[in-house]
Amino acid sequence: MTDALVTLDGVTKTYSGITALDGVGFSIAAGEAVCLAGENGSGKSTLIKILAGVERPDRGKIVFAGKTQGPLNPRLSADAGIKVIFQDFSLFPNLSVAENIAFSAEISHGSRLVRRGRARALAAQTLSRIGVDIPLDVAVETLSVAHKQLVAICRALATKARLIIMDEPTTALTEREVRVLLDIIRRLKADGVAVLFVSHKLAEVLEVCEHVVVLRNGQKVAEGPATEFDAASLTRHMTGRDVAAQPPAPLAENAPVLLRVEGLNKTGIFADVSFDLHAGEVLAVSGLLGSGRTALAKALFGLVAPDGGSIRLNDRGVPLGNPVAAAEAGIGYVPEDRLTEGLFLTQSIVQNIAIGRLDAHGNAAGVLDWRALLGEAGDWLRRLSVKAPDPTAPVRSLSGGNQQRVVLARWMARSPKVLILNGPSVGVDVGSKAEIHGIIADLAASGLGVIVISDDLPEVLSTAHRILVMKDGRLVQGFASGQVSETELAHRLAS
Amino acid sequence: MSNSPAISRLLASTEGRLAVIAVAVFVFMSLLSPDKFLSAQNMTSMAFQFPEFAILALAMTITMLTGGIDLSVVGIANLSAIIAAMILTQVTGSGDGAGVLMMAYAAAMCVGLLAGLCNGILVALLGLPPILATLGSGLIFTGIAIALTGGSAMMGFPPATAWIGNTTLLGIPTPLIVFVVLAAGISYLLTRTGFGVKLRMYGANPLAARFAAINIDAMLIKVYMLSGALAAIAGMVVMSRANSAKADYGSSYLLLAVLIAVLGGVNPYGGYGRVIGVILAVLSMQFLSSGLNMVGVSNFARELIWGSLLIFVMIVNTWRAKGSRS
Repeated sequence: MTDALVTLDGVTKTYSGITALDGVGFSIAAGEAVCLAGENGSGKSTLIKILAGVERPDRGKIVFAGKTQGPLNPRLSADAGIKVIFQDFSLFPNLSVAENIAFSAEISHGSRLVRRGRARALAAQTLSRIGVDIPLDVAVETLSVAHKQLVAICRALATKARLIIMDEPTTALTEREVRVLLDIIRRLKADGVAVLFVSHKLAEVLEVCEHVVVLRNGQKVAEGPATEFDAASLTRHMTGRDVAAQPPAPLAENAPVLLRVEGLNKTGIFADVSFDLHAGEVLAVSGLLGSGRTALAKALFGLVAPDGGSIRLNDRGVPLGNPVAAAEAGIGYVPEDRLTEGLFLTQSIVQNIAIGRLDAHGNAAGVLDWRALLGEAGDWLRRLSVKAPDPTAPVRSLSGGNQQRVVLARWMARSPKVLILNGPSVGVDVGSKAEIHGIIADLAASGLGVIVISDDLPEVLSTAHRILVMKDGRLVQGFASGQVSETELAHRLAS
Repeated sequence: MSNSPAISRLLASTEGRLAVIAVAVFVFMSLLSPDKFLSAQNMTSMAFQFPEFAILALAMTITMLTGGIDLSVVGIANLSAIIAAMILTQVTGSGDGAGVLMMAYAAAMCVGLLAGLCNGILVALLGLPPILATLGSGLIFTGIAIALTGGSAMMGFPPATAWIGNTTLLGIPTPLIVFVVLAAGISYLLTRTGFGVKLRMYGANPLAARFAAINIDAMLIKVYMLSGALAAIAGMVVMSRANSAKADYGSSYLLLAVLIAVLGGVNPYGGYGRVIGVILAVLSMQFLSSGLNMVGVSNFARELIWGSLLIFVMIVNTWRAKGSRS
């Protein structure tokens, strides 16, 4: 394939000293599907941003259809036919399907007036091009995730897309929906449109791909025809080691029940959730995006007020819908989105840990014993081996893995009885990930109950004693560790 | 420009730059009219003038640290003063009226705390945006003050009233002492107590504060009550200096208090601000204001200058923040 549509050569990008991409190069031909695999933090998102013209590489060459590009911007990339479909699709929820599909095309048309007739015709034509039938006039917010994704694809096609980049396309889809998506991809390829899949779980899209590129820590570690890869080899290249999921050390037979959740219910989000958590146990709740797993986690910590049900910790009721009371009862929560929910980015590293212990280190008048407070925070930084040259520096100066440890330290300093970790290793590098899993094992060994919310199946299999599968707001199945394989579990989540 | 490490270190911090500005304005005004500006009389008169709006700026600072704002401070100050004035004029005490004055102060403080409680409930429990909640409540407080007085000034206080605004203690103007004590107290509160750390952290990221299980509602209510109490104290100083109380005193102080807080390096989006910065900003403003007065700039031009200064400082701060991010 000499007529490459897009070629990257030696693309390097650093953010304040941290190398996100290091001399990455590959090319995509028209009508070809390429699979760009990598764990979180491997540089995938940076690569997407560079192709979309949002970020500029420090070094390296980008060639579109044989023409070497100067500095890109989003407009130039879009004009070259490069369209990114982000994980959240960036659709307008309150506008109709037709308006969403035709929106970008109308803008690039340069017309200042919206012409409804033409917009509808364009939308209908694009939908039929991928062989999908979605009503044109319904608001996008009422559609299922899979249909929203199809609308996003159509929007890209309506503006003469030549390369569609799909960020984590399958995280929220069921197996059947994935098959529909793959059929559409085949049609697009036949039409000469190229597709770049970007994801950390790509085994399911391998069958439509010609080519695979694997990134790890910003470097290209493997590349070749898709036929040479399978799920196991992809994982091995992404993580850099053979991760035969080792189940954790078994739980003591007589471990007492620590947390008892009964009939927890939140209309339209989750229903009838009941489970027990034992002291020293790591319990995983796994489900697709949108299965209600995050809402459940938040409800356990009081951030979402359930309509009914009860949470008892050591046989004492925990007030619902009150995070302050939940924390006092001994429940801790490490949120999914570290940057917005977990950390005070502009504040110092020690203060980010100390925030949970202000009341413990204050006298009756609330005057703080700073020395004790900072000493304790410093202690936790050492115990979790956070690499922080200056603990008074803003926490945003740390890497993802170290930031996650800061949030963990905040909660561990409060010596909780139950710790809920939502996506504990999202956005951290491979090495930190293994260490965070080690911390989880240590926490459980010290008698805590740990709940891990995750759709990272190797993570779930290697940390949890028990796995609960959540689907459409219900816990539908439970497995003991070692009882289920990764493929089996993936099938249970998405079927 | 920065050929000495000491100077570049001074200029690196907001407070360092403010110190340079304060000194520069002082020197400039001294050169402009040395005999008038540097006179002992002018120094004393400045020391009597600035504490009232400086106390309001402290109130603005603590609310801004949470990412909020309190636009009702002047309304609270005037309402507290009018309630105090009603007690001072209607209750006859013995001697110079010190007993009645204490009663009036207590009543004013209650008004300030209660008004702050209302703001706190609007912001914390009902979730209104602080800028709108306090804009509305400020109008209500002013409205009550007008209704109580019919809009006219209340006068005829016992002599003891002069204490907080018009006397000196060991040669130092009393209002200056009151401000220094309050500033030191607020500084201690912000840096040495759990409450101070919480309100600053909340300002830096309200969502993370919620996820860190901070009792946000209680914290916000306390912040606005403290702001109300500070406003009431400012009201007492104004009442004492003017020897009267009126519903529309100090209407220009609101903009001035916001300006001083922002000029003093308090981040209007919350999360950063130091009392020392606010003090330096107060001094710069007072030097500027007195100096311009002496060279005969009209009062109308002063508002123009203040408004321009506020916009200018915001542009510089925003521009710097962008520069440090990229």
